[in-house]
Amino acid sequence: MCLCIFGFDLFCSIINCVFKRFVEIGRVAFIAFGPHEGKLVAIVDVIDQNRALVDGPCTGVKRQAMPFKCLQLTDYVIKVPHSARQKYVRRAWEKAEINKKWEESSWAKKIEARKKRATMSDFDRYKVMKAKKMRNKIIKHELKKLQKAASQKKA
Amino acid sequence: MAEGDKKKEGDKKKEGDQKKKARKHGSRNPVLVRGIGRYSRSAMYAPVTKVEKKIKERAPAKVVKTVGGDKNGGTRVVKLRKLPRYYPTEDVPRKLRSHGIKPFSQHRRKLRKSISPGTVLILLTGRHRGKRVVFLKQLGTGLLLVTGPLALNRVPLRRAHQKFCIATTTKVDISSVKIPKTLTDTYFKKKKLRRPKHQEGEIFDTEKEKYQLTEQRKADQKAVDSQLLPLIKKVPQLKGYLRSTFCLSNGVYPHKLVF
Repeated sequence: MCLCIFGFDLFCSIINCVFKRFVEIGRVAFIAFGPHEGKLVAIVDVIDQNRALVDGPCTGVKRQAMPFKCLQLTDYVIKVPHSARQKYVRRAWEKAEINKKWEESSWAKKIEARKKRATMSDFDRYKVMKAKKMRNKIIKHELKKLQKAASQKKA
Repeated sequence: MAEGDKKKEGDKKKEGDQKKKARKHGSRNPVLVRGIGRYSRSAMYAPVTKVEKKIKERAPAKVVKTVGGDKNGGTRVVKLRKLPRYYPTEDVPRKLRSHGIKPFSQHRRKLRKSISPGTVLILLTGRHRGKRVVFLKQLGTGLLLVTGPLALNRVPLRRAHQKFCIATTTKVDISSVKIPKTLTDTYFKKKKLRRPKHQEGEIFDTEKEKYQLTEQRKADQKAVDSQLLPLIKKVPQLKGYLRSTFCLSNGVYPHKLVF
């Protein structure tokens, strides 16, 4: 049984797939570079080998053609017929609660963390260093305790 | 307005009186024949009684100044009224080479926008390089007055150059701190005691090699720091921050850092 739509039978067997995310109608993609960098869109239609018709009503991206090169596929798919109107894309997006799921995903959290790290001031960096030091000290202390207990048990 | 008019009328009357008096006198040149007078023009012009002209003392046009050094005549003759630099034959008057060049005391001092009183600076040069320090104010020559505080990082009240500091975004509220007005550039200026009287043996032996701490410096330091330290203690972890030094390590690129 083949699960994918565009006939990628070569890549997908029942047990293990090399590719797990496919370009399909309704696939939510993350825009990696360009003017809409960092936003999510839904692939509404495929124009040709390199471009897709893309729409992000809930993320502030107008319906437009976008090259696949700047899209990174996410795990989310919304149920939408091809070339569906923006109204229905929005409806499907909100029903699937994509924005909420995205915020909870580790991908989004990592992006957020990177942003915070980039805007850290010198004082913040010092505070982080002190916090890390304290944390590692506590961890090492507990580890040593366990090691000691383990070595004592052996003896 | 009315008064002014009155005054003018009065003046006119006076002039008229004077003219009438003068007219009464008439011409002093008797007529010989119609069209020919007794005295010539120059005789008429010359006064009847001779007036002794006062010889005006003219200001000297040249000054003789002495010049030091050997074998150069010893004196120079300096013109006081020099020939004009600009003759109106040229379209635009030529500017002096020193036009617009001001002496150091009149230079415009700038201060980076990121530096304001209370900013924490990172010193980059000098014996206190890498230390984080509190900025107090900009002095007359443009240098920054800075203090450790001494108790935290052994940086006393000191001058720092703007170009060799990184301004961080961390600021301490210094509005309540009163800096003694005696802290100026002359206070901090290095004293030179080199008197090259004997050039034979002790050329490099200057009297003041080591810096001597004065009581006034200690007193000023105490006065400023006693005001600063409680403000620093209010901000959590700021004390430790000022005690630490700045350094770069692997993966840390200054152009990517936000200070």
